[in-house]
Amino acid sequence: MTPEFAIGLSVLLPVVGMLGVLLIGERNPDAREGVTLVTTVLTLGTVLQILPGVQAGEQPGLEVLEVLPGLVLAFEVEPLGMLFALVASGLWVVTSLYAIGYMRGHHEINQTRFFACFAAAISAALGIAYARNLFTLFVFYEILTFSTFPLVTHAGTEKAKKAGRTYLGILVFTSVVFLMFGIVWTANVAGTLEFAKGGILAGKISGWRLYVLLGLFAFGTGKAALMPFHRWLPAAMVAPTPVSALLHAVAVVKAGVFTVLKVVVYVFGIDLLADTGASQWLMAVAAFTILSSSLVALTKDNLKARLAYSTIGQLSYIVLGAAMATSAGVLGGGMHIAMHAVGKITLFFVAGAIMVGAHKSEISTMDGLGRRMPWTYSAYLIGSLSIIGLPPLGGSWSKWTLLMGAAEGEHWIYMVVLLISSLLAIGYLMPVFVRGFFLPEKHDDHHDDHHGDHHAEPHEPLLCVLPPVLTAVGCVLLFVYAENLYDMLAPIVAVKGG
Amino acid sequence: MTEHLPALQVVVPMLAAPVCVLLRRTQAVKVFAVLVAWSTLAIAGTLLATVLDSGTISYKMGGWAAPAGIEYRVTIANAYILVLVTSVASVVLPFGLGSAGSSVPQDRKYLLFAAFLLCISGLLGITITGDAFNVFVFLEVTSLSSYALVSMGHGRRALMAAYSYLILGTIGGTFILLGVGLMYQMTGTLNVVDLSERLPEVMASRTMIVAFGFMMVGLFIKLAVFPLHQWLPNAYTYAPSTVSAFLAATATKVSYYVLARVVFTIFGAAYVFGELGLDRILIPLSLAAMFGGSVAAIYQTNVKRLLAYSSIAQIGYMTLGLSFNSLDGLTGGLVHLFNHAMMKGGLFLVVACVTYRLNSSMVDDWRGLGRRMPITMAAFVVGGLSLIGVPTTVGFVSKWYLVSAAVQQDKLVVAGAILLSSLLAVVYVWKIIETVYFKAPPEGGDPVAEAPMSMLIPTWILIGATIYFGLHTALTAGVASKAAALLLSGVP
Repeated sequence: MTPEFAIGLSVLLPVVGMLGVLLIGERNPDAREGVTLVTTVLTLGTVLQILPGVQAGEQPGLEVLEVLPGLVLAFEVEPLGMLFALVASGLWVVTSLYAIGYMRGHHEINQTRFFACFAAAISAALGIAYARNLFTLFVFYEILTFSTFPLVTHAGTEKAKKAGRTYLGILVFTSVVFLMFGIVWTANVAGTLEFAKGGILAGKISGWRLYVLLGLFAFGTGKAALMPFHRWLPAAMVAPTPVSALLHAVAVVKAGVFTVLKVVVYVFGIDLLADTGASQWLMAVAAFTILSSSLVALTKDNLKARLAYSTIGQLSYIVLGAAMATSAGVLGGGMHIAMHAVGKITLFFVAGAIMVGAHKSEISTMDGLGRRMPWTYSAYLIGSLSIIGLPPLGGSWSKWTLLMGAAEGEHWIYMVVLLISSLLAIGYLMPVFVRGFFLPEKHDDHHDDHHGDHHAEPHEPLLCVLPPVLTAVGCVLLFVYAENLYDMLAPIVAVKGG
Repeated sequence: MTEHLPALQVVVPMLAAPVCVLLRRTQAVKVFAVLVAWSTLAIAGTLLATVLDSGTISYKMGGWAAPAGIEYRVTIANAYILVLVTSVASVVLPFGLGSAGSSVPQDRKYLLFAAFLLCISGLLGITITGDAFNVFVFLEVTSLSSYALVSMGHGRRALMAAYSYLILGTIGGTFILLGVGLMYQMTGTLNVVDLSERLPEVMASRTMIVAFGFMMVGLFIKLAVFPLHQWLPNAYTYAPSTVSAFLAATATKVSYYVLARVVFTIFGAAYVFGELGLDRILIPLSLAAMFGGSVAAIYQTNVKRLLAYSSIAQIGYMTLGLSFNSLDGLTGGLVHLFNHAMMKGGLFLVVACVTYRLNSSMVDDWRGLGRRMPITMAAFVVGGLSLIGVPTTVGFVSKWYLVSAAVQQDKLVVAGAILLSSLLAVVYVWKIIETVYFKAPPEGGDPVAEAPMSMLIPTWILIGATIYFGLHTALTAGVASKAAALLLSGVP
């Protein structure tokens, strides 16, 4: 398989899978889930076909069609996109296993629509990863927004509908008013939208316009959940947990920070930002987002809500890394896409497993649960430590590289911010584990009264336990193989002509 | 034969109209009208291909040369409009061909089709003619037949709507006539080519400013430019849905072409924008239409009225594009004519599908329709996304040109306003989508079936076109940009 073919195929495969799911529908759920699993494995296999070439320094591409003069739908896989594609398609396999266990264990409705929209979202995420230019990225960015809307409103309740409005409202508002503005502006100033090493804007724009344009991109990428446009992410937690796990800890939010990274590296160019200092305000906004969202996370009793605020903070690590406009900052941000994805998806898997196994969603009710769900809680511990950034887990490398990036740009204050944020992460992640193992189990009769049969021993359905354990192992592997990741990403900031 | 195509373009539907009255039998009339519409499309397509290939065609009616005779003048710009009008007609007329359809009583159906064909003939005449007075004549043909079409709507309100449409339309027509009269008085010609040559000599006179003023106000009424849009919401709401689909997709578009022709070809951009400063009036009015129309649409409880107010906002985009007086701006305006015709035509046909089954266009009655009429409602979703301007739809293409034009002139606030106003479309489209998909169907109502194929196919042709032309823009934006270049060059 040529890499060019693999690019097209991996975007199409999820769509084919989606059609298969829709055709089979509710008539034969087992066959339907079979289609999903086969699709996920094939997609990952196809994405892997592109990897060797990218590692060797090639950038395979595929031109689809020219919509308007200068506006071309086209793909080209560079290291950052390769990484994002691997993360999204790899974790899709695990999440699909998990989703089957979860959706059945939780007796969810409309499972056909769920699996179909899920596949569409992955196709869009891959399109974003491969985008050769801002236009292609924008097209798939919007497809991702609209294909995840039915997933957020899955339950169809008043609460879900309200959350859907927030979700769509913020994501569409930011992308249409800010992001599209930035793209049109760039097209007219730079005369092109193609991503290029070193950026396309150097010497084309200066003064306040540069600041405004960066702001349009940073806030326009609402999926990066930079404050004050972060409200959609906690709102999206109303979705079934597999959606929160893969889309709102990995695919959707990472699409956001990925866009920010791409724009900084390939549109502005880190030299332009470093020379003018145009991104310094963005560092401050990111730092504010990191700290305040961590503080909010401390106050949340609902586990998924706490994880959502944690995600907001962790996403801003990547924005901060990009805004530093140093090569280590960008590389640290890129690595954090993978590290945080694997760590956070583990935590969401655990949150869902607790919901399915023990019917609990509030942290204060989870005392002593760890002894009964040892595997789940062990995975939780590993995932948490990776998010906090402790060795021997993957998260430690990205945080280390980000610190290096701050040092490189002499942004000392932001080193302190990163360190404080780690402490805060201990504060909001560890209590769940501590309560689970060290506090006696509460026998609260007022809770779950109407679920008489649920007082039985918490059970751990295999398909809900295996995935978090797998991703926890992934956190360890990412620590060991982080160098490969670093080497793959390094060319994106390599000095030109060197 | 082919050299007479410019004449046939107008004459075929015009002569076909009385034939409908003679035929009388509903089914025969329907089939006949559809065939006529398709033949006009074939003629328009051939004309467009010819002018793209070998340049402007000048056709002398009856062999009489201008200025004594009437010249029909086919350029890239108006051939593009001819194709627009005839293709919408070709899709809308077959709508519901096999079914009982619409609110118009069976025994008067033939009148509907006769009026339809007259209206088509008038619209094509306005577009193709190269004679200023002839424009007025065809404007009246169009207006009279469209009053009749609107009045065939359900209930007495349709009569009221047609009446106020008639009053305002007549005022608009009269203003245009006054403008034409003054121009004739000053130049002694009605031919557009001659006018554009002789006007510069007399341009300084106050009479010409007055003539221009009359023309503008008259055209603004016909085009429903804010705040002269009052006739439009009622007319579109109470007319039969297929008529709304046709008029929304074509009538205002033709007026737009006349406006562009008066501004760029007859008076010339240098005079209109340089000396008179039309953009200083038209940009604020366009922005007011974009926001006012969209906000009004949000508060509507009737889907047809909602779409009508949305049209006022969309017309704002078109006039905004014109007032930039730049290639990208005018291209954006012209391509939006086509794009808006497809999406709004398609959306009104969706309403027609629903009213056929449900006999109601009230948002509240559409609860739960997502499961009962899935194919129709999917069309609504796609059309709605296009109205919002989501990428891969035609709405995005128009928006791209307009925002580009604003950025090029460093009008960043206007660019932001365009994007912001397109968000209002999200609000009114989503209001319906939530009702359709999230609310339970009304209790005790009769089960509602999916619309018949004869209605779904035309609807989906228009809706499908909003996606197809969102990705393949050679026929829309490509031609529109050539047309814009021609208009801007001032060559008649």
